Amino acid sequence: MQISGQMRDFVVRFAGEGGQGVVTSAEGLAQASTQVGYHALTFATFPSQILGGPTWTQARIAVDPVLSPGDDVDVLVAFNQEAYDTHAEEVRGNGVIIFNANEFELEGDERGFGLPFDELARSTGNNRAANMVIIGALAYLVDMPQSYLEEFVTKRFSRGRVGDDEIIRSNIQALSLGREHMSASGFSLGALESPQMPDYPQLMLKGNESLSLGALAGGLEFYVGYPISPATTILVYMERNLVGRNKFAYQVSSEIESITTILGAGFAGKKAMTATAGPGFSLMGEGLGLGWIAEIPLVVVDVQRGGPATGLPTKTEQSDLMACMFPAHGDVRMPVIAVGSVEECFYGAIKALDWAERYQGPVVLMTEMSLAERAQNIRKPDLSKVEPESRLVYRGNNGYKRYAGWERSPMPLPGNPGAYVANGSEHDDIGDTTHLPSRHVQMTERRFGKLKLLEETEYERDRAEESVVVMPWGGSKGPGLEAYNLLKERGVPVGWFYTMFLNPLPPALLEELRKKELVIVPELNFQGQFASILRSQGIRAEAITQYTGLPFKVRDLVDQITEMTQSVKKEMAGV
Amino acid sequence: MSKKNPEYDFKWCPGCGDFGVRRALEFAMIDRLETTGEPMENNVVVAGIGCSGNLVHLLEGPQPYGFHGIHGRSLPISLGVKMARPELNVVVVAGDGDFLSIGGEHIGPQAARNLNVCAVVMDNGVYGLTKGQSSPTTKIGEITSSTPYGKLESEIDPLELYLTFGVSFIASGFSGQPRPLAKLITQGMEHPGFSIVHVQSPCTTYNDTFDALKGNARKGIDPTLFTVPDDHDASDRASAYGLLQQPGIPVGVVYQDNGRPSLDQQVELMWERTTERTVQSLMDAFEF
Ligand SMILES: Cc1ncc(C[n+]2csc(CCOP(=O)(O)OP(=O)(O)O)c2C)c(N)n1
Ligand code: SF4
Ligand SMILES: [Mg+2]
Repeated sequence: MQISGQMRDFVVRFAGEGGQGVVTSAEGLAQASTQVGYHALTFATFPSQILGGPTWTQARIAVDPVLSPGDDVDVLVAFNQEAYDTHAEEVRGNGVIIFNANEFELEGDERGFGLPFDELARSTGNNRAANMVIIGALAYLVDMPQSYLEEFVTKRFSRGRVGDDEIIRSNIQALSLGREHMSASGFSLGALESPQMPDYPQLMLKGNESLSLGALAGGLEFYVGYPISPATTILVYMERNLVGRNKFAYQVSSEIESITTILGAGFAGKKAMTATAGPGFSLMGEGLGLGWIAEIPLVVVDVQRGGPATGLPTKTEQSDLMACMFPAHGDVRMPVIAVGSVEECFYGAIKALDWAERYQGPVVLMTEMSLAERAQNIRKPDLSKVEPESRLVYRGNNGYKRYAGWERSPMPLPGNPGAYVANGSEHDDIGDTTHLPSRHVQMTERRFGKLKLLEETEYERDRAEESVVVMPWGGSKGPGLEAYNLLKERGVPVGWFYTMFLNPLPPALLEELRKKELVIVPELNFQGQFASILRSQGIRAEAITQYTGLPFKVRDLVDQITEMTQSVKKEMAGV
Repeated sequence: MSKKNPEYDFKWCPGCGDFGVRRALEFAMIDRLETTGEPMENNVVVAGIGCSGNLVHLLEGPQPYGFHGIHGRSLPISLGVKMARPELNVVVVAGDGDFLSIGGEHIGPQAARNLNVCAVVMDNGVYGLTKGQSSPTTKIGEITSSTPYGKLESEIDPLELYLTFGVSFIASGFSGQPRPLAKLITQGMEHPGFSIVHVQSPCTTYNDTFDALKGNARKGIDPTLFTVPDDHDASDRASAYGLLQQPGIPVGVVYQDNGRPSLDQQVELMWERTTERTVQSLMDAFEF
């Protein structure tokens, strides 16, 4: 396929068997591209079995920051026949399929080109250079200069070890071989525009890594968890890195232990957190209610996956919002922050810990599989600008009334004067159980009143004067924003709002939204959970739903938003 | 604190065994204050839900910190308190239903961790607060409000269970003897690891076992309780099993293993195998 012209991005899917180099090829391409100033997003799937088994990773390389994994696959790299059979359909009509000619033969698909990955790698004297053969071939397809790749290889393998030079030589040779073979094929996708090197330092990391770093930057001192996909990587990261005096990271024996353990730690004065996914979150309901009534600061991260019960453990969905906001019986409304990008994972975690201290209670931080496992380049956060909030601590004498009044009050810490009973039963001002109606009224109003402390002022808005606006939440922000940008280019009269603060919503945002004819909410669940919560707050909101276990495609959002906008406009015009 | 608090509206029934346990805990905490010089606020009492858990509100004199949480979860709450602040003295108070039924899943893990807290379990063989249903220690065949035709399953032996789980300090006590019980609680608090003081604390309303425990010569009832013999070797596991095979319920220290580091000690040992990381260095690792 010979296509000329300028491209601003391209999407490659690497598919094969676990251990064949699927992930290292995708990561190598992303690293090589970002090092010269491109933006990259890679998204890995979990194989359905522990060792080997079919797996795939998608990489999107672009001149601009990447918002979504990409609707269409431009190039498929098929490591085996099964990979071809499974993924060929998703490659666009004039795309390219590079298949491992050492593994299988492909006939009757004019997009196919056989590249003997392993054989070419072997000919360089370095059996492990197959991924460089592939990257060289891909670079040719999009007209990426060889110098970029050589720079990357040189940097990566200059580790000050004996043999570095030989490894660099063989890898560069592999790049060249891939490029030469591809050029002989006659295939080309066009020319990727030159990158613009950002003028700030960058990180390349996954959502869960970003969230973990954010939590540490926010002053996290105490973490426990129980393994569950896709939250396990946070537990593993914390156990490795949250070490040292006065810090604690530990695997407990269930999610009931997770929540109750951080309740104890929060009570004792620590910034404490756990992370889980749906099944574990369900087990935490009673404990979250306890944190709410006893007024204990803590953070629970819900890395959403699909479906109820065990559901779809390795797929993405945004179907836990109702559960996160209302996880417990008895008049409870949890503060909820939902992050929408790898970068927001960092800042959202800091904010969640701040909120917990600020209002003295549990905060739910929502993320999802598609963010957790996505690696992306982001601007490196400046830690000198991060100022975590600390606890309002009681420093007086004994005889203090911890729960007196209608507002948040300083919290005594065990070991110091001010002893009280943190109580999960309704209580009086010193924490003794009581059933007096006046106390239940006071304490209920006190608990809800504290939510006011969490009212933020900043949120995203663009063309805010439009009467129809789109406002996704969480991980649907990326495809939502990409769709919005296209709609704006096309002149579709629609505005943009976004916040990661789902409860409470920034009051100014709430006020703006109440004036809109229609707020369109793309979200990955059947019921339109966020739209429904917005409606309960007097907003005319309607959801665009999807429940495939996969993220939205930008194209689908563009179509549906256009259609919904037009029908509102027609109605308004009285047609 | 609640004696003088008119708003507090829970009262134990007259004669309830838990009065004696409260008294014993007060003695033990005052003793601790006097021997260590640490203020009362260094004690945290984590309570389960049940008549027994209300002990946390009924303590008199200088007040410790308290956490009265949810049914069955006092152990993991105490795990959080202890590992957050290992210097605190953490005591759990819970009923037999709370500790052994809904909360049973937490005993094994704390035993394995050798979590340095002292759990005082008030065993009355019944669910008191919910008005007389059967509990794990209710005997098979017994009639309770939830077993109108007799309890279908066997009772468990908590002391044997603790021993099997590897709890490193196990004592058995009686609420009718607050002073000796206080001594057991003190030993439990001083033990550097997971300690359980399992107390026979009769429910006078739904399962009055005072006579059966103490015996009543007038009624011709032999006591079930017997004092752990002086020559019992509590450091020996086999002897402890042997003691528990004897008819009746021993009063005293059943088992004590001082050789295992507690979880907080293990964490300190781990620090020697790790290097502290700054957030900046962790972040720099992702820079390209
Ligand atoms: C999750 C949950 N389930 C049930 C209850 C109701 N409940 C309260 S106390 C209790 C049992 C109390 O028995 P025990 O622990 O032996 O304490 P006791 O009252 O005998 O001292 C139950 C079932 C509850 N509070 N929470
Ligand atoms: S019901 Fe039983 S356990 Fe509860 S207070 Fe009364 S006597 Fe004590
Ligand atoms: Mg009981």
